[in-house]
Amino acid sequence: MKIAIASGKGGTGKTTIATNLALTLADAGTNVQLLDCDVEEPNCHIFLKPKIESATPVTVPIPKVIEEKCTGCGICAEVCEFSAIAVVKKKVLIFPELCHGCGACSLFCPENAFVEVPREVGAIEKGSADGIIFTQGLLNIGELMSPAVISEVKKSAGDPDVLIIDSPPGTSCPVIEAVKDAEFILLVTEPTPFGLNDLKLAVGMAKALNLPFAVAVNRSDVGDDAVAEYCRSENIEIFLEIPNDRRIAEAYSRGEMVVRELPEYLETFKTCWDRIRAFSEKETSSKPNSDGTAKEA
Amino acid sequence: MKEIVVISGKGGTGKTSIVASFATLAGKAILADCDVDAADLHLVLNPVIERREDFSGGKKASIIEENCIGCDRCIEECRFDAISYPDSGKADTPRVNHIFCEGCGVCFRVCPADAISFKQAVNGEWFVSSTKYGPMVHARLGMAEGNSGKLVSQIRQEARSIAEKENLDYIIVDGSPGVGCPVISSITGADLVLVITEPTLSGRHDLLRVAELTSFFRIPTIVCVNKWDLNADITGQIEQEAREHNVRPAGRVRYDTSVTSAQIAGTSIIAFADGDVSRDIRDLWNSVVTTLDGGAA
Ligand code: SF4
Ligand code: SF4
Ligand code: SF4
Ligand code: SF4
Repeated sequence: MKIAIASGKGGTGKTTIATNLALTLADAGTNVQLLDCDVEEPNCHIFLKPKIESATPVTVPIPKVIEEKCTGCGICAEVCEFSAIAVVKKKVLIFPELCHGCGACSLFCPENAFVEVPREVGAIEKGSADGIIFTQGLLNIGELMSPAVISEVKKSAGDPDVLIIDSPPGTSCPVIEAVKDAEFILLVTEPTPFGLNDLKLAVGMAKALNLPFAVAVNRSDVGDDAVAEYCRSENIEIFLEIPNDRRIAEAYSRGEMVVRELPEYLETFKTCWDRIRAFSEKETSSKPNSDGTAKEA
Repeated sequence: MKEIVVISGKGGTGKTSIVASFATLAGKAILADCDVDAADLHLVLNPVIERREDFSGGKKASIIEENCIGCDRCIEECRFDAISYPDSGKADTPRVNHIFCEGCGVCFRVCPADAISFKQAVNGEWFVSSTKYGPMVHARLGMAEGNSGKLVSQIRQEARSIAEKENLDYIIVDGSPGVGCPVISSITGADLVLVITEPTLSGRHDLLRVAELTSFFRIPTIVCVNKWDLNADITGQIEQEAREHNVRPAGRVRYDTSVTSAQIAGTSIIAFADGDVSRDIRDLWNSVVTTLDGGAA
């Protein structure tokens, strides 16, 4: 089963929940893999301290012109929607940072003058920690193509019983890339006005992707009731509530795992997992071939 | 006129609460909420919208069913897997899933039957508003939309032109999280970046990534550890490391639950209570002003 942990904005406890859920499952003997897809700021490794066994660069194909073949006709610049090509005085200039790798230039060049060469935009690292199979992606600084790195992280998924994806924050393209083929999304928020606002955006995303979801409320006793009320009125279930325990904040600040430092929380994460599993079993049995558009894509 | 961008690495570090406080302290200033994925500033500044404009992040393809001959050329050439046949099986023409469409136009250009329309899609809105503390430019990005970088650039541009027209002293930008596309659009060309971080190992890790980014773009950068008293040791370490990366510690803000209370009351902490934490933020703002006027540009 594939589940994604996501949130409308960062700093809500997404990584805490992803890592502790993974460790809770691994401790119970489940075969679990964790993918850190927050490639702009990957943090899972701080808590899991994995042994990294391999590192591979992530590349995107970018076009390169074979000058002898090029007549300087300018078609490539015309078809590039991202202004990544300019033809100046019959010479082709390519701006790699702007290139989306769509292939239009090489497809429409009448002289077949393009080859595609790999350009490094980040890396993925694989390893393991405490019985968890682990992969993380890291976007190179100054690069824009986080979806490419995320997609590579996701390709490293094996066939574990449970795959947990720590998604980037927000609802934009990298997030979509991270969560699009998940079977379930756990949306993490805080019970504050900002938390509620961001949760609504995340719910909108989950609905747009047609993915089943539930909510986790972190620091559940700090703010007001607005998040709980919203969930009640929208019929959204809350699967996990973590109180504002200063000991959790401290363990977090030192990069330690909550379920190791404060074993009383093991039960909290187990319960959350049981709910996710029960929910997804119900989903699959009640709606056999339901709306799989997002899964196919 | 000087532009300061407040960013946080991952969000959720109290960045927006601090920006809202700056608004109340800055005098002749304009605010720009560039955290377009999770825009929260309006929740505490209660803007009155005076002008709204549509935002288009680019073009999107759609298939005109009557014209389509089902040759599948578009599916073959779309590198973003955005075109497929709907699962339901009823339709005999493929469909474009707008969530995954990058707007590259390849399908539109390869279609032999003129069956694809390729048009600017409206996928957001931006606003010029007035608040108690001055004008504000902010936006709402459509669900699951990419290209937030372009929207961020538009917001900053608008803020700059208003600042020039009204002869304002400061542009205060609530920046985006991460190190990718929208944050790069938030900071390029700014006079100063203030990073708000937390005294945690992940906060430290994220700060170093962000510092790398700002030095890549050669933007003077200062840092503030928010909730510093949650872990004084790590606060010290972060400040030490920041200095080594040419990032000057510009202040510390203590942990105080009244920050959340102010948020629930829908106001800035400075306007809400005049306690120690408000004094910390005042000191921080003074330090920002000194840095800006001391030739950081
Ligand atoms: S389309 Fe091909 S031939 Fe024409 S300018 Fe571009 S590379 Fe040269
Ligand atoms: S691959 Fe696409 S985005 Fe890149 S240069 Fe060619 S046409 Fe432009
Ligand atoms: S415009 Fe490009 S990304 Fe969008 S559907 Fe067509 S080929 Fe695919
Ligand atoms: S290329 Fe045009 S005609 Fe062919 S399947 Fe696509 S939309 Fe239909």
